[in-house]
Amino acid sequence: MSILKTPVPGASTLSGTSTLSGARLRRGTLALVAVGAIAVTGLLETFTPVSGWAGSVLMAAAVYLVGQTVISFLVEGRRHALDRLVTTAVYAAFALAMLPLGAVLFKVVQRGGGLINGTFLTHSLRNIGPTDTGGGVYHGIVGTLEQAALASLISIPLAMLTAIYLVEYGRGWFARLVTFFVDVMTGVPSIVAGLFIFTVWVLMLGLNRSGFAATLALTILMIPIVVRSTEEMLKLVPDSLREASYALGVPKWRTILKVVVPTAVPGIVTGIMLGVARVMGETAPLLLLNGFTSSINFDPFSGPQAALPLIVWDQAGRPNPQSITRAWGSALVLIVMVLLLNLGARALARLSRTR
Amino acid sequence: MSDEQPPIEEVLATLAPAPAPLSTGRSVRPGDRIFAVLSGGASLTLLLIIALIAAFLLYRSIPAVRADTTNFLTTSAWFPDSTPSTFGIAALAWGTLLSSLIALVLAVPVAVGTALFIAHFAPRRLAQPLAYLVDLLAAVPSVIYGLWGLFFLVPQMVGLQTWLADHLGWFPLFSVGSGSTFKQTMLNAGVVLAVMILPIISAVTREVFLQVPRDHVEAAQALGATRWEVIRLAVLPFGRPGIISASMLGLGRALGETVAIALVLSTNYVISWKILEPGGNTFAANIALQYGYAADLGTNALIASGLVLFVITLVVNIVARGVIARRREFAGAAG
Repeated sequence: MSILKTPVPGASTLSGTSTLSGARLRRGTLALVAVGAIAVTGLLETFTPVSGWAGSVLMAAAVYLVGQTVISFLVEGRRHALDRLVTTAVYAAFALAMLPLGAVLFKVVQRGGGLINGTFLTHSLRNIGPTDTGGGVYHGIVGTLEQAALASLISIPLAMLTAIYLVEYGRGWFARLVTFFVDVMTGVPSIVAGLFIFTVWVLMLGLNRSGFAATLALTILMIPIVVRSTEEMLKLVPDSLREASYALGVPKWRTILKVVVPTAVPGIVTGIMLGVARVMGETAPLLLLNGFTSSINFDPFSGPQAALPLIVWDQAGRPNPQSITRAWGSALVLIVMVLLLNLGARALARLSRTR
Repeated sequence: MSDEQPPIEEVLATLAPAPAPLSTGRSVRPGDRIFAVLSGGASLTLLLIIALIAAFLLYRSIPAVRADTTNFLTTSAWFPDSTPSTFGIAALAWGTLLSSLIALVLAVPVAVGTALFIAHFAPRRLAQPLAYLVDLLAAVPSVIYGLWGLFFLVPQMVGLQTWLADHLGWFPLFSVGSGSTFKQTMLNAGVVLAVMILPIISAVTREVFLQVPRDHVEAAQALGATRWEVIRLAVLPFGRPGIISASMLGLGRALGETVAIALVLSTNYVISWKILEPGGNTFAANIALQYGYAADLGTNALIASGLVLFVITLVVNIVARGVIARRREFAGAAG
């Protein structure tokens, strides 16, 4: 076959490269294999009931993979064939991982985008019947922002102090125990955190459901995230900075506050923002703790308070199309808020690195 | 001014007060003590929270399990508020493990591939932005995955599931009774879970892959290894504990996922292998769906199931850490 490059006897007289590197596929070969794979897929589809574009793409990919491996094996040998196989598989894995992100973002924008306007962002769902259109998610935006802010207010000091303890003070069994249980806490399912607060707040103390009750559960979920990221960032601060500070006679606590933490602060803030983004989207604890309302409530400490994830959950579970559209609309608002926080955190991390 | 220089000790004494004794710990400054107590106290608070979670859930669980007229561990049905009260976690435990295992089987290969791609295949300049993209996948709230799964993925998956049932139906996992709608099935729930845990597994694995010593990689390259051989010889052996711990983290997340499952799965209390049929249930989804209808005993029963979920995730975490610790020693000895 002409497209396959076989070692040319004369080539080795000019330079050693071709004999040293062995036979390799020519540049166009793989493109030809791809074309062939698509053709074969077209053929196969007439015989087998593969349906939908997803099936076709999967099948074409599989055929391509086989074709590429066989040709590479024949020309380049086993090692290079395997190498190419793995390379293609790894690229495919990445594409596959990106598929849901693209699909989710596309679908949310497509289904919810039409709903976003001034009314939707500044009105609540009060007195909006299930089959009515109109209304908005302002009550959810207020609730989500307040709950996330309160959760940050409680969890950030606790988490940062814990991280400082682990990095700067912690030695021996107690530090190991704390590290271990921070890991355990990372693994606590959000519904369990919700159940715990529900047990204490509603069942034991007899208090009413409120935004603050949900905040407490969110705090439990946020603390380990912030501890972990802060700990990682503090560990990155070089010991030479600490030692330089000690050498100047600066007490340890001032060293931590004035040298260690400021050095790590961009990374810490990034971690905090990611933590906030994470708890903003939490739904399970809110189901148990927020209570339900479709009105605006600015006070997280009394009365039920809405939240965006809760609105998505509530509207998605209703059978009528108006509600389901509203679910997509609120999902879009929520996802924009979460993604903005994420991108902001990344931008901050990047900015501080270049400085 | 005198020409004579003062002794060096005197100069030093004017520059700085006598240095504190280094390691006796006697003359600790008050600021240091306060700060140490504060940070230690915060750590103690975390431990307290965990202890309180276990204690309070246990406290409410005991009356529920006492009132249960059937075996709490082996019963599938869930009628805690009826008389006599009959409920158990068998079906919940089964559904939780099955959906999480499906998710792991689907997510781990893709996640490891993604991590390899970002760490070793993607062009250097693109690696960081691509890593952000994968992390964004983790940022999408679970309720949105549930919404997406219910209204987009479920209809999309009918074709594939029909094909699986037609061609691989002889395999118990893929067999279906007549008339399965292929809609809100265990497999769909597993796929949604897989999407949700993929970024976590991928991110942790990627971090480990990036820490592979350059010496190992370059040594392999110097021996003429292809890229795959570099990965097999240098990257994977080093990264294996990372992959295991990442998978465990993903498993922990999948076990406790609530709203996505509650939206995607049409729940019942049946133990079944048939992942292409609608049905099944998980601890977390059951709590989310049932708490609104539960009376006193029903609430306690849900708390009891929550405690079991808590214990399971605890065990998964402990096992994961054990594996990592042992592997780390092994890797340390070998390296």
